[in-house]
Amino acid sequence: MLNAADIDALWLTVQVASIATVLLLLLGTPLAWWLVRSPSRWKGICNALVALPLVLPPSVLGFYLLILMGPKGVVGHITTELGLGTLPFTFTGLVIASVLYSLPFVVQPLQAAFAAIGERPLEAAATLRASPLDTFFSVVVPLARHGFLTATILGFAHTVGEFGVVLMVGGNIPNKTRVVSVQIYNHVEALEYEQAHWLAGGLLLFSFTILLFMYGVLKTQSVAQPFK
Amino acid sequence: MNFKALTTVVSALSLFLVSSSSEAASTLVAVASNFTKPMTEIAEAFEKSTGHSANLSFGASGKFVAQLENGGPFEVFLSADEKSPKKLAQDGFAVADSQFTYAVGKLVLWSAMPNYVDTQGQILTKGGFKHIALADPKLAPYGAAAVELMQNLSVYDTLQPLFVQGENIAQTQQFISTGNAELGFLALSQVIENGKLANGSGWIVPATKHKPILQDAILLKTGVENPAASALLKFLKSPEALAIIKKYGYDLTEK
Repeated sequence: MLNAADIDALWLTVQVASIATVLLLLLGTPLAWWLVRSPSRWKGICNALVALPLVLPPSVLGFYLLILMGPKGVVGHITTELGLGTLPFTFTGLVIASVLYSLPFVVQPLQAAFAAIGERPLEAAATLRASPLDTFFSVVVPLARHGFLTATILGFAHTVGEFGVVLMVGGNIPNKTRVVSVQIYNHVEALEYEQAHWLAGGLLLFSFTILLFMYGVLKTQSVAQPFK
Repeated sequence: MNFKALTTVVSALSLFLVSSSSEAASTLVAVASNFTKPMTEIAEAFEKSTGHSANLSFGASGKFVAQLENGGPFEVFLSADEKSPKKLAQDGFAVADSQFTYAVGKLVLWSAMPNYVDTQGQILTKGGFKHIALADPKLAPYGAAAVELMQNLSVYDTLQPLFVQGENIAQTQQFISTGNAELGFLALSQVIENGKLANGSGWIVPATKHKPILQDAILLKTGVENPAASALLKFLKSPEALAIIKKYGYDLTEK
């Protein structure tokens, strides 16, 4: 069965993933909107940057984060100046790494959802003298709700599934950076297969269920098109 | 180059390959991370002296055991401890009477900063650092030795909250060399060059402060038929190999 350290790791994972998901939505929403609406010529570069974690091995991301956030790195200098210390081996560092790592999984579904809305609803709202902010919250958000749902689920699930980056910047500290994927890896390496099975099997079931839910809900709802 | 010349070259080349493969073989070796540098050098010497070649794969000993028990293709295993090879032999994956100690590991308390760690290791009691890195004591013998040392010095309880753990000793070194951990415990072989510390500062922990880190090698069942595998194990005991092992700061077992 699960021991106390396993439960700690699970609880920590839930905390990291929840906080990262909230931050991802706050950051990803304006970013995705800008990427869809803006005529800026920087868009191509931004799109490429956002998509980088999809193709980069976590070892690359982890390596650069370790250096950047370390005492000799640019980010490390700034955080030390701010009195925060350096971020590797901390819960905050882990959340920041997760946000970067899961960014495309949140931004891309939102981008797709925003793009699918098209001009007409926005023009209609404008003729009714809705402010841009009002338009966004009363028109765009409801219309893009599937996008938000997908983004939330993928952002959360992908953060739960994060391993390589955590291994490199985490330092395997109980209750701070030892998340469930690292705990499973430790069990496997220590040949504690029974313990590993409990966690690994649980994670498999969780991931499948959450994806099944996502595809199930989206399948039944995406047929409904409010402007037809 | 005309066609005729090309065929001559190709046939000469294939002849060479065929003839050489009948004598020289190659073997796949799993090597504990702490032995990366000496083993790379030993493999070169091995190739020169025997004509066989050794393909090296580096990682945590515990991980190799898991891989080997699940069909890993390695033929020789150079572990960081004596427990893992023994387990493999007991479980029927390795040849029990081929096990021997190829090196005795030395622990070092190291920092990337010059003049940070004093040569007596008194910094452990003085403190003043935020993180101290070590390899996961559950998985890595150098981590376990570090824990034993700190317990002997009665500093374990005060230092334990500052632990950052690498999955293996190589990753632990990353934490320290990037400066993210001010100091930490490594294998001496990782930071030694020409008999002294390559950079930074360190305390070479006296061997009396913890149980000896006996690093054992063993022939795996998969390598029994391969002449290169047994040749490599034999070569590890040769004066040439022993000199390299010693150069990297390991002790040798008394024979």
